[in-house]
Amino acid sequence: SLRLAAPVWNWGTGSIRGLSRAVDPEGIQRKGRTLFQFLADRFYDVAAVREYLLRKQVLKVHQKNRSFTYIKERYGPNLFDPQLPGYPANPVFLSRFQDKEWMRSSGRGLSFLEFWEFRAVPIEAVDASGCAINYQGLDHLLALKELQSLSLRCCPHVDDWCLSRLHQLADSLQELSLAGCPRISERGLACLHHLWNLRRLDISHLPAVSNPGLTQILVEEMLPNCEVLGAGWAQGLKLGLEEQSQDTASSPIPA
Amino acid sequence: MPSLPFSEWDGKVSEIKKKIQSVIPGGAWNPLYDTSHLPPEHSDVVIVGGGVLGLSVAYWLKRLEKQRGAIKVLVVERDHTYSQASTVLSVGGIRQQFSLPENIQLSLFSVEFLRNINEYLAVVDDPPLDLQFNPSGYLFLASEKGAATMENNVKVQSLIKEEHVPPGQQGLPKAMLALCPSMGFDSGAVGLENEGWFDPWSLLQGLRRKVQSMGVLFCQGEVTRFVSSSDRMETPSGEEVILKKIHEVHVKVDHSQEYQPVECAIVVNTAGAWSGQIAELAGIGKGPPGTLQGTKLPVEPRKRYVYLWHCPQGPGLEAPLLADPSGAYFRRDGLGNNYLGGCSPTAEEEPDPGNLEVDHDFFQDKVWPLLAQRVPAFETLKVKSAWAGYYDYNTFDQNGVVGPHPLVVNMYFATGFSGHGLQQAPAVGRAVAEMVLEGHFQTIDLSPFLFSRFYLGEKAQEHCII
Repeated sequence: SLRLAAPVWNWGTGSIRGLSRAVDPEGIQRKGRTLFQFLADRFYDVAAVREYLLRKQVLKVHQKNRSFTYIKERYGPNLFDPQLPGYPANPVFLSRFQDKEWMRSSGRGLSFLEFWEFRAVPIEAVDASGCAINYQGLDHLLALKELQSLSLRCCPHVDDWCLSRLHQLADSLQELSLAGCPRISERGLACLHHLWNLRRLDISHLPAVSNPGLTQILVEEMLPNCEVLGAGWAQGLKLGLEEQSQDTASSPIPA
Repeated sequence: MPSLPFSEWDGKVSEIKKKIQSVIPGGAWNPLYDTSHLPPEHSDVVIVGGGVLGLSVAYWLKRLEKQRGAIKVLVVERDHTYSQASTVLSVGGIRQQFSLPENIQLSLFSVEFLRNINEYLAVVDDPPLDLQFNPSGYLFLASEKGAATMENNVKVQSLIKEEHVPPGQQGLPKAMLALCPSMGFDSGAVGLENEGWFDPWSLLQGLRRKVQSMGVLFCQGEVTRFVSSSDRMETPSGEEVILKKIHEVHVKVDHSQEYQPVECAIVVNTAGAWSGQIAELAGIGKGPPGTLQGTKLPVEPRKRYVYLWHCPQGPGLEAPLLADPSGAYFRRDGLGNNYLGGCSPTAEEEPDPGNLEVDHDFFQDKVWPLLAQRVPAFETLKVKSAWAGYYDYNTFDQNGVVGPHPLVVNMYFATGFSGHGLQQAPAVGRAVAEMVLEGHFQTIDLSPFLFSRFYLGEKAQEHCII
């Protein structure tokens, strides 16, 4: 089986912290900011520095999602570029080629060569959980016309606009997971009806959805052939916690 | 017992502090009377009308200015509750399905602006904006006659959007065909991405907040007079032309006779449904008909109704904003089987725009039969509420007027969008700011939308109007 010996430690601990950070990225930093805020309210130069820092944060996400059109044109869409969006810092991206095991791209040199061998093989499944992928970064994924399974769990920048782009994968996509994305609401879920091939959809733990029970019923009506995993009718807290512990136990690390 | 020497000073100290603060530079101290409720005496740009177009122009002026704080902008808005403003009474849709390439480009940029709104309108320490965007798209149905035009329009749209429609997919996507099996339409066009509807009020608040943080001044008042100076010039063919330049705007305060003359360099007319009145104040249209002096701004208010109804068996979560060839349209609102919709009246049925009263018979007689014909589930529905709003209707060709007036050289227009102003506001604001700062359009060329087309008779007709 094809596996890269990537460090496992940051995946295991990263996922739990990653979920909380995705939901409230500013809360932790709020306390340390009071003095800075006080100064920013009174001095124009401090306010300008704060605006600059805010802009830099946004630019970082854009930088991670920039598209490498020259690679795409030369080598075709199946060659995944190793500098794909990563979160926190290392690009950690899992993909499964047709009938092969999961492969993770972590670091530049090694995976570039590995992927080079498979450049003609269509990619079947992509696990982008926790990645800083956004609307621009989806370009990379939408080029894969044979993609059957896509996991966008806990991606902090995936929002309703991104969901409206997924219709381009309608012919092949069978499995989609959006659990834990803090920006997805029921308005974005409404445009998933284009995915007529979808058989499994996971929409649990979406904090921005206003009415999870009703949304699940409506999504099930919208996609009659699809099995929808959601918050459930009862929306009990106990049920939610059980699901969460099951998920972290079965994180997709090859045995 | 003698009182302590400083016991009386407690209240006086704060009064003295206030007086000193108002006298030092930067404080507004007028020894004769208090003028804090009046707009400033000088402003580089005065924007008449504080709706989404006015605020968008203010935003882009401050964003594109060469030096920080170079331009002083004043936004004059008559009603700060926006009770009659078209922006907040709008259904909030955004689409790229137009026939004119300029409209498509304007809409494309605006949707990109809305998508990245928290980068454009970020204010430090304020919560991010949530526009409540529903990316469900627009579905335009075509009658037999209109099918060919629609096909042409789709080709133009895909050229501009640089989309490649694969040859096998010329018809509607599978999911749309399965939407309402008994709808019985033959052809239509649907926008899958970058189309939908959003909350105009949050856009307005977001713009207001950002624009205030950039230093734009707001004033609640009504523009009652323009004072201008004129120049006589000769055209190359020897004709005499009188060019006017507005140098003062009289802003009257609410509920009072007080007014403030604001000296200004540029006036931007974004008064929406009332732009025609503002243009008349500036002397546009006062001349013999058929001449450039006599060409009025053909923008007038037209009343349109929007109805909210509940239909338990209606289309589900997947329903887009459906526009029927008969002129009726509707969209889903929320998760509870509520729908918003209406219909554009024909020329004979135009309601009187004097007030915003709703005519419920219009729904019974005109809108409901059209809806029920298209979606059989709408035969049983219950109207829950309704409201009316104004279109700033351009009677010439139902498209916006952008750019300066040829004779009143410092009045710029951004009005007359006849129902699609909200969705083009960010891009139009940028175009006007470019015109004001650079003198020509830079990113999107809106020359077909200049005022001169009314005199020359060149219509920029848009076919896909709801």
